[in-house]
Amino acid sequence: MAEVQTHEHDVLIIGAGGAGLRAAIAASAAKVSVGLVCKSLLGKAHTVMAEGGIAAALANVDERDSWGVHFADTMRGGQYLNDWRMAEFHAKEAPACVRELEAWGALFDRTQDGRILQRNFGGHRYPRLAHVGDRTGLEMIRTLQDYGIHQGIDVHMERTVIALFTDADRIAGALAYDRERGFFHLFRAKAVVLATGGIGRAYRITSNSWEYTGDGLALAYEAGAELMDMEFVQFHPTGMVWPPSVQGILVTEGVRGEGGVLLNKNGRRFMFDDIPENYRAQTADNEEEGWRYTQGDRNARRPPDLLTRDHVARCIVREIKEGRGSPHGGVYLDIAWIRKRIPDAEERIKKKLPSMYHQFKQLADIDITREPMEVGPTTHYMMGGIRVDPETQMSTVPGLFAAGECAAGLHGANRLGGNSLSDLLVFGKRAGDFAARFARERTLGPLAADRIDAGVRRALEPFQPAAPEAEGPYAVQEELQAMMQDLVGIVRHEEEMRRAQEAIGKLKERAARVRVAGNRHFNPGWHTALDLPSLLTVSEAITRSALERQESRGAHFREDHPSKDPEAGRFNLIVRQDGAGSMRVERRPIPEMRPDLKKIVEENG
Amino acid sequence: MPGATFRIWRGDAAGGAFADYSTEVTEGMVVLDAVLRIQAAQAGDLAVRWNCKAGRCGSCSAEVNGRPRLMCMTRLSELPLEQPVTVEPMRAFPRIKDLACDVGWNYEVKKRIRPFKPRPPDAPDGTWRMAQADVERVQEFRKCIECFLCQDVCHVLREHAKHQEFIGPRYFVQVAALEMHPLDAEDRLAELGQTQGIGFCNITKCCTRVCPENITITDNAIIPLKERWIDRHYDPIRRFLGWLRLKGGAGSGP
Ligand SMILES: Cc1cc2nc3c(=O)[nH]c(=O)nc-3n(C[C@H](O)[C@H](O)[C@H](O)COP(=O)(O)OP(=O)(O)OC[C@H]3O[C@@H](n4cnc5c(N)ncnc54)[C@H](O)[C@@H]3O)c2cc1C
Ligand code: SF4
Ligand code: SF4
Ligand code: FES
Repeated sequence: MAEVQTHEHDVLIIGAGGAGLRAAIAASAAKVSVGLVCKSLLGKAHTVMAEGGIAAALANVDERDSWGVHFADTMRGGQYLNDWRMAEFHAKEAPACVRELEAWGALFDRTQDGRILQRNFGGHRYPRLAHVGDRTGLEMIRTLQDYGIHQGIDVHMERTVIALFTDADRIAGALAYDRERGFFHLFRAKAVVLATGGIGRAYRITSNSWEYTGDGLALAYEAGAELMDMEFVQFHPTGMVWPPSVQGILVTEGVRGEGGVLLNKNGRRFMFDDIPENYRAQTADNEEEGWRYTQGDRNARRPPDLLTRDHVARCIVREIKEGRGSPHGGVYLDIAWIRKRIPDAEERIKKKLPSMYHQFKQLADIDITREPMEVGPTTHYMMGGIRVDPETQMSTVPGLFAAGECAAGLHGANRLGGNSLSDLLVFGKRAGDFAARFARERTLGPLAADRIDAGVRRALEPFQPAAPEAEGPYAVQEELQAMMQDLVGIVRHEEEMRRAQEAIGKLKERAARVRVAGNRHFNPGWHTALDLPSLLTVSEAITRSALERQESRGAHFREDHPSKDPEAGRFNLIVRQDGAGSMRVERRPIPEMRPDLKKIVEENG
Repeated sequence: MPGATFRIWRGDAAGGAFADYSTEVTEGMVVLDAVLRIQAAQAGDLAVRWNCKAGRCGSCSAEVNGRPRLMCMTRLSELPLEQPVTVEPMRAFPRIKDLACDVGWNYEVKKRIRPFKPRPPDAPDGTWRMAQADVERVQEFRKCIECFLCQDVCHVLREHAKHQEFIGPRYFVQVAALEMHPLDAEDRLAELGQTQGIGFCNITKCCTRVCPENITITDNAIIPLKERWIDRHYDPIRRFLGWLRLKGGAGSGP
């Protein structure tokens, strides 16, 4: 058998972002042994980059807020494809999770009377996002990290999981390599929680880091779990567009929450030109009212700049396509204009958006207190992912759980800003609790040596002598990213997606022939080669699902089917492997919403 | 297109040397872009850590032309490109490979700091009240992205290798954040002098100068901690008063 080091835990958590850390804390509180594995160093996961805030109906700023309104907002944002049970748990449990962070040392910005301050964000009816300037994710991950390291969790940093093992249809363990030495590690566990985050690296323009190659989704799929809602990829409307080296880096929605406005090259507030029917009643129809809303006037309606992300992204694409964009192919986002309205605008911007100020000053030579920014859509978030039970977060493979961005259900066709950080806490906790409960009732499952051997052999293939037509991993990755960007991006068309499907087939063949230089010692070329299969699996699932959904809804927009189809609102798309190892997409009817929840949705129409 | 030469340290714990790579330079590029471009086209196994590319995660620390910097926030336009740009790993830590070094010591130090312990809740619903002004003082410290550049530059670690006796500026910032936290009820002053070595710091302020988050490490964190520790050490009568002052009115919140 290949040389592998074995570790045993009751519960193995894969991923150390907000969801993974929260799950680890929950599981260790349940007195089981917990291992936590992550690709990067602790505290560097994507969660650290979150800016705007955590959505929770604390009702500190506007007492009209309640879990019901948050629930209704989340469902409307998700175009009713959300798992309504998850949306209910989320809205009800988020406030306690935020307070818990405070009890663990997080320091949120405060209201006048000393409570947690909340800010406006797109799609949220009332000011709802608890925040720390524009570095909320840092506060959250550091709080969880500093609390978590004292809970007896075994942390394995810089280890990447490349395969999951099952025994008689339940989870039994995972195989990983470590970055530093390139050694293999076998983790035996009674329950496994996937908290691996997103898939942004499948696209060329993204706000996501190298880690977000959809590993968790691919691992679960290979282990026999179902994926869901894979057609729904969120393109955030405001990423940086210039200079080229920073293309895609996020510009927080908080800029618009603080009064920033979107303008085309003629200086027009183009967001007023197209307000969707289902949001008309709650959207301002003039600039004055929109401004008052951002300044806390409770009787004003929110400006259209703060409509849901899918819609704003498409309006920006329209402006650019029709020749009204900015010089570098974006539109303008202007916060500097508030100087005309308030005397201490410069101070206020620097205080409320310090990271944005810093980011533009240092990376683009732009002083956002004086000049507008140039922005355009960037691949940001995956609504789809591993299908889980709403209560326990268990996937369709017994003992395999998923939480956070890699799980599906809460956000439906479109996620509201701020609903991810709260998702991580609520469902990270649930996944940890139920994984511990599951583990307590089992023993470790056996692992077949030949499967481990095969996993190791596959991982070492890129070091084999070069095959004919062998190439490096970076070229294949770049081509996949460019292809997905062009053919399965914000605006989709059947003919293009068919081409994408073909291209994925060819890229799979090329990925199988990839060869790398050097040895196993901290070798990013090798790591990139091992990420390719995940990226390809995820890209295929996105493309197939996007072809199957022949309508436009939320983040999924089909040029050839531009309107919403009420029939298509009755099902989610499920992706799974069939007996022969091919990918299948099928429609799964959405269960009827409980009458009491339906009533809440109607009351908040 | 104009080009530039990057002199990158290649090697591992056993040793290594600088290697020169040329790459083209485009508008707005940062050092990390150049390194990743070289990695993708010329040196596939070049080891480097990065995540966010926006100065938020603190992964890409290195020494650029001899100065500790975040590679993702160092614009090529601010460097003299007539000469090769040298890029090497942080020197205060053991090398792993190329630009990646072993920062594991920092994680061990962190574990030794006594965790946050809140005072009992202020309100019957289990919540607390804090004034924005009190929170802001500590928020400065909580901006820390754990890039460890301050640890890299501090001579107590870099030249005198006091890793066993001295926790370094990053962790004085963390202790200060805890000690000045409006809700915290723990006392961490005893170990500051004994096992954490605050006495080794002679206030050169090198740490403050390299901090990418502009945290005023020395003036706002280390000096107040030193004062409290000295008070405690030499004048036990003032000890309680000093502690109270440091806590910034804990217990008398709004
Ligand atoms: C720039 C930016 C700003 C954002 N702002 C907000 C905001 O203001 N509010 C909000 O609600 N949301 C925001 N989001 C979204 C939110 O931050 C993410 O969705 C969320 O942090 C994901 O958390 P997670 O715990 O699911 O995973 P992550 O934090 O992404 O962590 C994933 C973890 O899994 C590990 N991992 C992955 N693959 C493997 C593998 N194969 N083996 C081992 N480990 C693995 C990684 O190393 C990492 O530790 C933002 C996102 C971005 C990019
Ligand atoms: S001020 Fe103190 S901690 Fe900072 S670099 Fe100098 S000696 Fe080190
Ligand atoms: S204090 Fe500043 S320099 Fe030191 S680790 Fe934190 S961010 Fe980096
Ligand atoms: S890559 Fe995150 S700080 Fe540089």
